[in-house]
Amino acid sequence: MTLGQFTTQASDYAVRVDHLFYLLSAISGLVILLVTGLIVVFFALYYRGSPMPRGEVPERESHEIEIGWTVATLFTFLFIFWWAASDQLTALTQPKDALEIHVIAKQWMWRIQHPSGAREIDELHLPADTNVRLAMTSQDVIHDLYLPALRLKQDILPNRYTYLWFNANKTGVFHLTCAEFCGTDHSVMAGRLVIVTPADYARWTAAQPQGDDLAHQGEVLFRSLGCSGCHTPGSTVHAPDLHGVYDRSVHLSDGRTVIADEAYLRDSILLPNKDIVAGFAPVMPSFAGTASEGQLVELLAYLKSLTTQPQGASP
Amino acid sequence: MTDVTLPFVPPLESGRASYLDEGHTLMSWLGTTDHKRIAILYALSITVFFFIGGIAIALVRLELVSPTGLLLTSDEYNRLFTIHGIIMVWFFLVPSIPATMGNFILPLMIGAPDVAFPRLNLLSWYLYVIGAAFTVYVLLSGGVDTGWTFYPPFSSEYSHSNVVAAAAGVFVVGFSSIATGVNFMATIHMLRAPGMTWFRLPLFAWSMYVVSMVMVLATPVLAISLLLITAERWLHLPIFDPAAGGDPLLFQHLFWFYSHPAVYIMILPAMGVVSEVFACFARRRVFGYAFMVFSLLTIGVIGFMVWGHHMFVAGQSPLANLIFSFLSFIVAVPSAIKVFNWTATLYRGHIGFEAPMIYALGFLGLFTIGGLTGLFLASVPIDVATTDSYFVVAHFHTIMVGGTVSAFMAGIHYWWPKVTGRLYNEFWAQFAAITMFLGFNVTFLPQFVMGWLGMPRRYHYYPDVFQIWHILSSGGAVILAVAYLMPLVYLGWSLFYGEQAPDNPWQATGLEWQTASPPPKQNFFRPPRICAEPYDYHDFGRAEEAGGEGRAQPQGGQT
Repeated sequence: MTLGQFTTQASDYAVRVDHLFYLLSAISGLVILLVTGLIVVFFALYYRGSPMPRGEVPERESHEIEIGWTVATLFTFLFIFWWAASDQLTALTQPKDALEIHVIAKQWMWRIQHPSGAREIDELHLPADTNVRLAMTSQDVIHDLYLPALRLKQDILPNRYTYLWFNANKTGVFHLTCAEFCGTDHSVMAGRLVIVTPADYARWTAAQPQGDDLAHQGEVLFRSLGCSGCHTPGSTVHAPDLHGVYDRSVHLSDGRTVIADEAYLRDSILLPNKDIVAGFAPVMPSFAGTASEGQLVELLAYLKSLTTQPQGASP
Repeated sequence: MTDVTLPFVPPLESGRASYLDEGHTLMSWLGTTDHKRIAILYALSITVFFFIGGIAIALVRLELVSPTGLLLTSDEYNRLFTIHGIIMVWFFLVPSIPATMGNFILPLMIGAPDVAFPRLNLLSWYLYVIGAAFTVYVLLSGGVDTGWTFYPPFSSEYSHSNVVAAAAGVFVVGFSSIATGVNFMATIHMLRAPGMTWFRLPLFAWSMYVVSMVMVLATPVLAISLLLITAERWLHLPIFDPAAGGDPLLFQHLFWFYSHPAVYIMILPAMGVVSEVFACFARRRVFGYAFMVFSLLTIGVIGFMVWGHHMFVAGQSPLANLIFSFLSFIVAVPSAIKVFNWTATLYRGHIGFEAPMIYALGFLGLFTIGGLTGLFLASVPIDVATTDSYFVVAHFHTIMVGGTVSAFMAGIHYWWPKVTGRLYNEFWAQFAAITMFLGFNVTFLPQFVMGWLGMPRRYHYYPDVFQIWHILSSGGAVILAVAYLMPLVYLGWSLFYGEQAPDNPWQATGLEWQTASPPPKQNFFRPPRICAEPYDYHDFGRAEEAGGEGRAQPQGGQT
């Protein structure tokens, strides 16, 4: 293993984080130099028994010094905050057109599902120069995906999705590891982040032993789990039509309006009585324990693939 | 109040018994309500716990010399760092300065005969020692593998270790903190000697006041979060379990709402101690006394509003991250001001190099490094990159261990003659102080480096590229261990064979020095009356310039 697998700046964002780090290091160096310098000078001049004259510091003068360095400190800190916050804010907007890869963490391994249907364990293949969004969840305790080369880290919680998004611009093999203490083998819950060119990524996905892409696998599940029995237009059971549901606002029976994001869809499958769509009866059974995390990923991929209008009887 | 010529020999009726002569039986100690004896009970017990926590981390540092481990299984490793964390945070750092020096010195400093509730004080020691001893038994017999942070759902559903028992022990010790806090607040409000106005309180007394408020307000939240973990683990109440609609982040919010202020519980008393030491050994009034008081208060208040900076990657909203980042920068301002003020206190002083001063300078250095790296972690992008890495480990060890332990040692040496009536060996103490400062830096500077390079914390096995830094750090830990053991030897020696100390060996002006050393049971032979500001060292300075003819005023007179 080489240090480069950790320290390479594999994105523009990583370069900006490092610049902030250098700025703070410089400021810290100056402050340490200043304080140490003052202490050394004061010790040299005013050691006990030294011949230097000592008088009172005039009250007004000491007040001015006090206010002076309070204000100076405050402005320095505000400047650093502004710099750090602007880096954070530019990194906030999630790209819309991102390649979405699912990460499922469990004690003590990483399972990755690509939109093409390719799966891998403890290894994450990514195309460079592409917006990538990782949608992550855990099957047990809290984990944390740490990608040192991208200077990114995000906790992964059970029964919830958290996200990381980035645009890597260097190809190579980097380190990937768990940063949130998760039990016995926490320290070996590691793997490789493989960043390749988009063409190589396409070749890699094509070469994987896989059936259908995620959405099609989801469609099969949608039938085999019995979802399609109710959620098809013309079904005898009165259930919401799911075409185009993803990212749409949904009116609930208790008057709230929510956006049907991944968290909402996931909850609707596992905890169907939590958010009842206005105009529908709470008749759906829970699929908690029936649908695994991996299957949920497939179902969500399928739901996202459904376009706005039902096209005939079969979705 | 009469002027007293230097050195300040208090009008001592010699031959009167000190608090140490008030009975020599075991019961005279275990049943005492004298704040001074309770302080010593605390000092002995926290020393024992400190060395247990120290042995645990020594084994961890030894194990980390090799990237593939030497002696331990991963489960044993996880239990060891949990032992270290729980013991050092709750049984050493939190009670360290308040329960020992706060108990011993605070009443003397404000001219009180004891704390406001002496029996509550003894009860708080019993709660502490029973809770802590029970927890240590649990940690050593079966062990706990969650780390000191007890994050669910790991702690509530997945850990196969004695989480409930350990949480119960910590829960009990929390009540000792609360009792001490209530006691100190009442003491400072009710028992100040005549003339001891709020703005004549020495900074150590102010730090005890602020820390008591923080203890009383924050500790119950720790109790709540531990109780909820227990309820979930034992009774399966769905509180943090997301499958049942609970929220694991709720625990983190509760936990850090206590544990961030707890960092100030550790560092505020340290600030108080070094303020006393700097003034005394620079023979100079603390620069900007009023600013120092207000920065203590500001830190105490804003310290309650920054807990979210522990959760930048936990799944908190980006807006919350931004606000907590801003507040974390703001809380750093008063800390920076204090560093400048301590430095400026040396200006035009008569600076001595005695061991307490060297320890206090060590505090200043480590506090500055720890504080500056706090700015790194308050910046969201850097925190995202370095949180849960050795950078964070190094940051908080430098500030709350390096800072607090240095100040603790400064205080122990400064008040040693007051407590024991003996002098310690100055050479060995200076040597130990310098060794400790070097040891801290050799241990933790490599950790800053490897953390920034990408070494995650709580790792038993690690990528071999970090081995060199781990070896350096473990080497530093050996130096630190020597620096911790030395005082045991020379202070122990001083206890039995040390030279008898005069009542005021440092010629300090603090009220606690204006009585016999060691003090009598009732602290003062006659009730003191205060008619001077604290830290009135300047006349002493002029006196030296004029050839030792001048006069200065200690803070307390006896009327």
